Amino acid sequence: MADTARQMGVDPLPDNQYYVLHVNGAPHEVGDAWIGESLLYVLRERLGLTGSKGACEQGECGSCSVMVDGELVCSCLVLAASAIGQEIVTVEGIASPGRPSDVQQAFVDCGAVQCGFCTPGLIMAAHALLDRNPQPTDTEIREELSGNICRCTGYGRIIEAVQQVAVARSQR
Amino acid sequence: MSTVTREGIREGTVRGRLGDSPPRPDGIAKVQGSFAFSGDLSSEGVLWGATLRSPHPYARIVRIDVTPAWKIDGVAAIVTASDVPGKSTYGLISSDQPVFASDVVRYVGEPIAAVAADHPETCRRALAAIVVEYEVLPALTDPERAIDGSHPPIHPDGNIIRRQRIVTGDQSLVGEVVVEGTYEVGMQDQAFLGLEAALALPDPGGAGVELFIATQWLHEDRAQIAACLGLAPDKVRLTLGGVGGAFGAREDISLQVHTCLLALRTGRAVRMAYSREESFVGHVHRHPAKIWMRHHATAQGRLQRVEARVVLDGGAYASTSSAVLINAVTHTQGPYKCVNATVDGYAVRSNNLPCGAMRGFGVVQACFAHEGQMDKLAAACGLDPVEIRLLNAMETGDSLITGQVIENVAPVAECIRVTSELPLPDTPVGGLDGDPMHLPGGAGLTADASHIRRGIGWGVSIKNLMYSEGFDDYSTARCRLVDGVASLKFATSEVGQGFVVLAQQIARTVLGVDDVVLEPIDTTIGSAGSTSASRQTWMSGGAVDGACRLVRERLFEHVGARYGVEPVRLAIDDRDVVDTLGSLRVSVAEAGAGTVFEETFEHHHRPTEELDENGHGNCHTAFAFVAHRAVVDVDPDLGLVKVVQIATAQDVGVALNPMSVTGQIEGGIAQGLGLALMEEIVLTDGHVRNASFTDYLLPTMLDMPPVVAAMVEHPDPMAPLGAKGVGEPPCISSTPAIVAAIRDAIGKDLHRVPVRPADICL
Amino acid sequence: MSVLNPTRLAEALEALAAQPTALVLAGGTDAMVEINMGHRRPSAVVSVSRIPELRTWSYDASPDGTSPAQLRIGAGVTYAEIETEPLCTWVPALGQAARTVGSPQIRHAATLGGNVATCSPAGDGLPVLAALDADVHLVSASGSRKLPFAQFMTGPKRNALLPGELIEAVSLPAFQQWQGYSKVGVRNAMVISNAGACLAVDDGGGVRIALGSVGPTILRCPDAEAFAAGVVDIDSRSVAEADVVEFGRLAAEAARPIDDHRSTAAYRRHAVAVLAQRLLRRAFPNG
Repeated sequence: MADTARQMGVDPLPDNQYYVLHVNGAPHEVGDAWIGESLLYVLRERLGLTGSKGACEQGECGSCSVMVDGELVCSCLVLAASAIGQEIVTVEGIASPGRPSDVQQAFVDCGAVQCGFCTPGLIMAAHALLDRNPQPTDTEIREELSGNICRCTGYGRIIEAVQQVAVARSQR
Repeated sequence: MSTVTREGIREGTVRGRLGDSPPRPDGIAKVQGSFAFSGDLSSEGVLWGATLRSPHPYARIVRIDVTPAWKIDGVAAIVTASDVPGKSTYGLISSDQPVFASDVVRYVGEPIAAVAADHPETCRRALAAIVVEYEVLPALTDPERAIDGSHPPIHPDGNIIRRQRIVTGDQSLVGEVVVEGTYEVGMQDQAFLGLEAALALPDPGGAGVELFIATQWLHEDRAQIAACLGLAPDKVRLTLGGVGGAFGAREDISLQVHTCLLALRTGRAVRMAYSREESFVGHVHRHPAKIWMRHHATAQGRLQRVEARVVLDGGAYASTSSAVLINAVTHTQGPYKCVNATVDGYAVRSNNLPCGAMRGFGVVQACFAHEGQMDKLAAACGLDPVEIRLLNAMETGDSLITGQVIENVAPVAECIRVTSELPLPDTPVGGLDGDPMHLPGGAGLTADASHIRRGIGWGVSIKNLMYSEGFDDYSTARCRLVDGVASLKFATSEVGQGFVVLAQQIARTVLGVDDVVLEPIDTTIGSAGSTSASRQTWMSGGAVDGACRLVRERLFEHVGARYGVEPVRLAIDDRDVVDTLGSLRVSVAEAGAGTVFEETFEHHHRPTEELDENGHGNCHTAFAFVAHRAVVDVDPDLGLVKVVQIATAQDVGVALNPMSVTGQIEGGIAQGLGLALMEEIVLTDGHVRNASFTDYLLPTMLDMPPVVAAMVEHPDPMAPLGAKGVGEPPCISSTPAIVAAIRDAIGKDLHRVPVRPADICL
Repeated sequence: MSVLNPTRLAEALEALAAQPTALVLAGGTDAMVEINMGHRRPSAVVSVSRIPELRTWSYDASPDGTSPAQLRIGAGVTYAEIETEPLCTWVPALGQAARTVGSPQIRHAATLGGNVATCSPAGDGLPVLAALDADVHLVSASGSRKLPFAQFMTGPKRNALLPGELIEAVSLPAFQQWQGYSKVGVRNAMVISNAGACLAVDDGGGVRIALGSVGPTILRCPDAEAFAAGVVDIDSRSVAEADVVEFGRLAAEAARPIDDHRSTAAYRRHAVAVLAQRLLRRAFPNG
């Protein structure tokens, strides 16, 4: 594959045949990759983390949302090789292994999941929103999640899920 | 009648039976990101596939030279039309669409070749290396030229896919009040998020192939794929890969044959996935329509006659245009009493993008027109939009203009009344807090509240359920009961609508069990028909219900024999089998211990007829009804719109899972809102101008308003579970309601969707 | 392709001197779209998102005691940062523009420098820079220079960057008078501007208006600005209604919009008139 990469006129990362990304708290070696791959591609195709989804390759749908150094970004717009040394968190790492987070459970309980394709991105965005703004108004929820497109639900049950989590957290 | 409340949904989730809203079985996997969509599937040593597509809307292919692509290291296969081993064409109704274009390309994006290679980037370079020489031909892009015959046929089957007239009653009647209009609907895209993707695994020796695919109808796909591959159907095994939405775009095959062909050619697993740009040309779209209507009524507003001319642009290949046309023309009267009609409808071929199924299937277009007409009638008769609709509202026993009598429950007036009683928004324009996000333009800060006008508008619709014109779209299901655990097998495509949870609810209710296992959805059982036409609750629900009932019969026979009780006295109560006339009570698990009960059931609906040349015949299976009221805020000077509220009452029969029904209502309304305000594939001379989410705009959370929904529940005796399909009605009359509200706000006629800002302010 | 992730500006400049055609990558919200879609295959990438000097800002209350306060925003500052305190208070119009950029995900990555480098006529922050006569600070291994924004943007997606140069910062006056931004798009979030405008009253009482998405570059409206100067009353914050309308008309006349798949020239010109009127009225609410 490295031969293929060179033959195609693109080079592997100079001086290294691999680079390391920190994802969900652990280092992951990325080897023998075409250097122009987006973080989304590397997560899905090289690290086996297929939870983040690609639906537009342009940052217009939010399905690929991940946290990079604590900020919610579209992983399709991150050049994987430029994310070296940054803390990346995906939907697979947003909660304790095997146990859904309160946000994840609320999405299921409130009917906020239909086809589920937008769901991982929304889970990430909802976590980011509630971490920053624990008591969001309806308008604040809509604005903070406006970068996540859902084609199935019409958003009503998603907003309810976020509100339910906000209420539950405030009562803890 | 029940109103959706948060409390109503919360109760009953524990038991998970019909009427409850238990969590869906795939929910946890979906929120954790572990649910496998078809694009998440891979295999050892898999190759990637990609498709070469036509850049021209109409051109003769002079030559194709693939040799430069073979020189690229990593390319494993290149296929064109001459490599298709079986039937060279496919199609849902007529097989008029080539697997690969060979002599002529008929739309921008038409597949010409496919490659398999070791990396998507290699595929990209290989496609770029293939040389295709074209002779560009004058494209047919105006549907009227297809009708008037002034453009030569662009396909051996001709430029008219179908024509259907409806001639009923008094053809010369002229009403005391006559209103007319010409209505246009732009090309909407289904824009499911889960892009097209497939994984094909060839059998050793190429004797068969296994395909993991996101689709709406496994068996129909299989039949077409097998024919094109020259294989017997049982050699093509399909398993449903997770589906990221469908909305009609997956009824036609897209990458299925290509992926299988590459896999058989290379002897290796092949994955194919479309980009968003490719997806826009890779599947069919909603038919753009131009509909002229003329309504005749008495001075008091009673509808007497409908005239209509319907033109649907079917694009390059037939797909389901024929059936979409029938839906459109037979629904021109709307949910209103009418006995005289003169309707002429065309589905035409053109070099625009192929069109086919999209949620609403022809009725969206007809409804936009007939609701615009009803508002014009109201104005001409001095009635308000609610009065004119109540006056003419259809009832059970009324006829369609085709002569078919509506036998279903038909609570049209009730839907309208219930909707009108739903509270209007209590916040003024701009909200109570002055947050600009409440105004049209939002963060763009384009207006102050004083610039805005509020309007209210109505839309009411009828929609047929299941397939029509004699098609027997049955569904199959198998139920197995072992030691108190039920398992269900069906080929019903779960596309997000929640059939998987409904199926569990049915089994729990019929059999009194808690644990219901769902077996893989694939072609090892009979067809379930398509997940479309709002049919799966009725048809696949009926199949699951039928299979479970048969299993229950076997269980009761078994218990009866074991305990010496007449089976007819037995019933399920909670989790037990009980003797209704005695004291026997034994848990279902214990009652069937050590025995396997298994039954398969096919659910068929009653037969329907084709239409005759005058458009008469009982061509539809069943009908559902819905009303929508929209409140919008409009900036009349900039033409920007914010929908403030949508209220609706929908005829659902029985809400078997209120949370799922709510999901369909809200999601469908979002798509109706999209068509009303922002969604359109823009074509210029057959070329797509906006094949991306930057410029094909879907409603965001800031565009979608709160929805106040009521479910009108009158169990339909014709439906196996009393429940009607609910998927399509929400996206049908929501669009005209929004447009009517804009008209109300600005006092100006609008006759095209999506409404553009310039339509409002210039 | 090679990727370099420098952590110091000097390192980045050295790399650019060695490979002047390298792609300078900040937030990636423009460049990665082109790479994802196969439209761009740079031979070298220099990622600048880890360079602290580019991610700072400074506010100088009055550089020499008489001129307006100066704000210098590093090229790597994101629109999410511009949307919040203190930047949104120092340059309210830019904060307003920032709120309309893409989505929250986009704003966390998209930088002011990237928006300036791309020079799209629809760039959301650009009308603010044009209205405030911002300067673009450029730096290379061989030195630094600055250009007024109006000279930096030379055409649609064309700029005056020389090989080996990158944008270090943007500086602009932090006027104390009213300023505001408006943007027209078809939906209420995540939308490309069909027409945008920034109106700012400078500390000398002059009215400036710059238009986006209606020309090959960001357009100032000299006739409208001259007209406004003669009819507004700064102290009473008033302007006559008929003058508001005329101001809008003059601004619309300065626009040079085109028809494209998003909108028409006629609509864009009309929208400019409306935006200009409404912005002027907000700046001068009386009369």
